[in-house]
Amino acid sequence: MAAAEVVAPPLKQYPVIPILQAGAMAHSKPYTANAAIQQAIGFPGELVEDWQNKAVAKLGDLLHKYRGLKVYLDACVHCGACTDKCHYFLGTGDPKNMPVARQDLLRKVYRRYFTWAGKWFPKLVGAEDLTREVLDEWNTYFNQCSECRRCSVFCPYGIDTAEITMAAKEIMDSIGMGQKYSNEIIGKVHKVGNNLGLPGPALLDTLQSIEEDLKEETGQDIRLPLNQKGAEVMVITPSADFFAEPHVYSLIGYAKVFHAAGIPWTLSTHASEAGNFGLFIGNYGQMQKIATRVREAALELGVKRLVVGECGHAWRVAYSFWNTLIGPFDFLDPNYPVPQHICELTYDLIQRGAISFDKSANDKYVVTFHDSCNVARASRMGGMPGGQFEIPRAIIRAAANKFVEMDADSIREKTFCCGGGGGILTDELLDLRVKGALPRMEALKNVVDSDGVNFMATICAICKAQFSKVLPYYKFNMNMVGGVHQLVSNAIRLGPK
Amino acid sequence: MTAATIFYALLFYAAFLLCVIGLVYKIADYARTPAPLKIPTTPAPTTAGGVVLRMLREVGLFESLFKANLWIWLFGFMFHVALALVLMRHLRYFTEPVWFWVAWIQPFGIYGGLAMVAGLAGLWARRFLVERIRYISTFSDHLMLALLAGIGISGLLMKFVAHTDIISVKAFFLGLMRFDWQPLPTQPLLLVHLTLVALLIAIFPYSKLLHAPGLFFSPGRNQADNPREQRHIAPWAAALEKAKP
Repeated sequence: MAAAEVVAPPLKQYPVIPILQAGAMAHSKPYTANAAIQQAIGFPGELVEDWQNKAVAKLGDLLHKYRGLKVYLDACVHCGACTDKCHYFLGTGDPKNMPVARQDLLRKVYRRYFTWAGKWFPKLVGAEDLTREVLDEWNTYFNQCSECRRCSVFCPYGIDTAEITMAAKEIMDSIGMGQKYSNEIIGKVHKVGNNLGLPGPALLDTLQSIEEDLKEETGQDIRLPLNQKGAEVMVITPSADFFAEPHVYSLIGYAKVFHAAGIPWTLSTHASEAGNFGLFIGNYGQMQKIATRVREAALELGVKRLVVGECGHAWRVAYSFWNTLIGPFDFLDPNYPVPQHICELTYDLIQRGAISFDKSANDKYVVTFHDSCNVARASRMGGMPGGQFEIPRAIIRAAANKFVEMDADSIREKTFCCGGGGGILTDELLDLRVKGALPRMEALKNVVDSDGVNFMATICAICKAQFSKVLPYYKFNMNMVGGVHQLVSNAIRLGPK
Repeated sequence: MTAATIFYALLFYAAFLLCVIGLVYKIADYARTPAPLKIPTTPAPTTAGGVVLRMLREVGLFESLFKANLWIWLFGFMFHVALALVLMRHLRYFTEPVWFWVAWIQPFGIYGGLAMVAGLAGLWARRFLVERIRYISTFSDHLMLALLAGIGISGLLMKFVAHTDIISVKAFFLGLMRFDWQPLPTQPLLLVHLTLVALLIAIFPYSKLLHAPGLFFSPGRNQADNPREQRHIAPWAAALEKAKP
């Protein structure tokens, strides 16, 4: 797949539902994981013999384990409410990127093997045998879903395509048809502790050089401690924060917040990754195994609080699943939520007056905020439903003077995925990623033109990496994207109060 | 006792049995299957009371559909409310004496019948006119609409064009309920109406009509958003935990 094929659609001022282009994205497939990658995380190395029966049996197993899957496969009435809601459909026009059509790829097989009507009247109810063509279509189109849940907001039954995509990926993994990018990363976490495969000494080195730079820049001893036993807070953050740009500016922001508030904190090499790609492949066991490192590190270091850095799907796993996967957290301080989002922590400190800002430091920016899908639609911050929208915005307003919202249909629970979530942030899928970013780029273009927005803040490592890559395809500057704590970092007052 | 009476009596018993057995099985199956992870679509209510309210809005107002698409909402809502009204109006065939509120809604029920068919027509038109919905529509989607429209239209025809002997129809159904069969009038329109209704009852648990019970079991809608406050763990996940060294 040559990079030359990457084509960004033209930006329109108003969102337009595309005309169907059947097969427009039939060519877009991820690299298949090789035997070494597969076997390292307990999956068959290549497509197993008898894969058809094994896949059907796996689907049966999942139907017993997940009520959501069972209900979602039964309940759809093909009403069409979701058909114009997926960013990949809006960006590509491929009808199989309509959520209902994507679901039907699995549903037709479910009907054939697990329902009475599909066994006896397959043609009538659209049931189909699991053939090699169907399997290949799964591989194509379930790898064009970022599991962002936007469709589930609008479905009258709350059918969540993410759950169906995860089930399909789980089935494909179990018969030896894994996706290289996600499965390779999972192997790295088990081996090294983070998605990037950054070993402990390199991490220490990186943090120390950041400390030196900060000393030079601010004249203060702002620390980024690693494996500090007895620290109050352990921060678990996406490993991209350690060296990728713009991610690292948010890491510096966290450090300044802890410094200014005088809270002893630490990072951990053992749990040097907040991301959890076990979610993306729908594998409970992998998700639990990855998350277990956090529990082990917290016990080892004897910390009292767990705080999670800016990462969307990581926050979903942490907020929604950690208590289930690696709880109970009876060894932590019950006065704080477990886990706590870095934005919740910063917001509380602002409310209590423990930190303050020189907002003019961000005057060069007109800021807008991109809600990340997993934070918006699969988690919460603070005590109230919707805190995940209010708290990051409150921090931005506290740290910057100029803030503008994008179109109401593209923010909060209706936010559009950046186009790179769900384990497809890989180069061979770049064309899909560029096209999937279209709805967000259109909303951004409008506020760039009307209000001169030049900074899109977000709290997700994948969003930051995806936008950095994709913005230039739409003639935007790649440095327009950054973290909320990047703004915090610019404006927070560090001197003695 | 005519052959038609015996046939329709058996037909309705069979349809009713198929429906009840299928529904009990499906609902038990849904209830038995765990939801191992907290996956409500957020922002979601944080308490059980809040979940009840969210469900009521979904069931009573089709809140999510309203957010999604006004046309689908309009036709879908019109059809479902009208259908509910028509069903309530039909209770008079199964109760003696007729409950006062059933008697009271009789005149509105007629508008219900009209609105029901209009709503179905709107939903059906979308399956032809909107390219995206045409693409996702299957043969059974059309058949289901044909079935419901057939029921509505045959019913309306009996009201407005060719009256049927509803006293005898009522006697037939009361007889069915008391296992004391009474003769069924054999007007063709009535027999068409009853055949389609029996078919609808029979296929309810084996078709996409499962969306009705399904909604109540949808984790995206029926879970409270409180994973930090309360540990949520499915039996199979707990067993997994215990099996570990």
